[in-house]
Amino acid sequence: MTRQAVARWAAFGGIALFGLLSFVLDFRPGREMAANFLAFAGEMLKVLPWVFLLIGLFEVWVKPETVERHMGEKAGLRGHLWASLLAGTTVGGLLVALPVAYSLRTKGAGLAVVFTYLGASAITRIPMTAFEASFLGLRFSLVRLLVSLPLVVLSSMALGAYLTKRGFQMRGEA
Amino acid sequence: MYELPLLTAAALLVSFLAGREKTLRAVRIAAKRFVAILPRFIPMLLLVAVVLYLVPERVIARYLGTENLWAGVLFASLLGSVSVMPGFIAFPLCGILLAKGVPYTVLAAFSTTLMTVGVVSAPVEMKYLGLKVTLLRNGVSFLIALIVALAVGLIFGEIPR
Repeated sequence: MTRQAVARWAAFGGIALFGLLSFVLDFRPGREMAANFLAFAGEMLKVLPWVFLLIGLFEVWVKPETVERHMGEKAGLRGHLWASLLAGTTVGGLLVALPVAYSLRTKGAGLAVVFTYLGASAITRIPMTAFEASFLGLRFSLVRLLVSLPLVVLSSMALGAYLTKRGFQMRGEA
Repeated sequence: MYELPLLTAAALLVSFLAGREKTLRAVRIAAKRFVAILPRFIPMLLLVAVVLYLVPERVIARYLGTENLWAGVLFASLLGSVSVMPGFIAFPLCGILLAKGVPYTVLAAFSTTLMTVGVVSAPVEMKYLGLKVTLLRNGVSFLIALIVALAVGLIFGEIPR
């Protein structure tokens, strides 16, 4: 363990002791906060193992490389579909998606498709959506996806067409 | 809430029939990730436990839309735009707020701007796309997030038709 991890666990231990003492000494604010914490932690532990199993399965079965091959300049609407799928496999946020988008561009993906990828990486990531559906319900996730994804594709097409006409160049890591 | 365990069990079964080795690898990945991420939940849960004790319900009601839905949507979307929070923390937090009576519409505005609009990450985005395209992209994302919130509000019956 790093020194940071030791410090963190020591802090957790101290807080746990505070919670325990609050119960023993009947200190009301401490007791209520501890009860809050335990209730939330319980809720989370009921959901998380399932979410992580789904994430594991997804990582084992979906290979990003197969998706990347379908995103060329002339791929049309299909290219956007593949870009959204690839975005679903992206781990981490925009900071990961930007370099990937740049490499897609250099590999011949159209600007519009690249923008779809960037936009979709914020909304279709599978692990994230699994969390969302677990805590806000599947219906919420479906509404969110079905409304936002078409809008992302449409706005990316518009943005891509506009910027292609103006000879826009995407830059790599400066 | 039986859908999630059932879905996961079904997926595991299909995966196991399709490939035993891969499925075991998936389970190992899941276990490793789960253990690695657990300590990162504790500070969030502590913070929420303390804040929800200290902040009275009526303050949450005023700012997060139980009283005025539109004020809540506006506040939540601005908050989501400037915050940085991984999904595995943001959505459990949304679940807690939902249980406190915060409307779906407001949570949609918050979570969608949180994921799609990045004020903090804008400097990095500008390195790749330049100032103008970064502004355009984030502006469009903000509008899309508001439309999503609107759609969620209509479908969940929180916005009177």
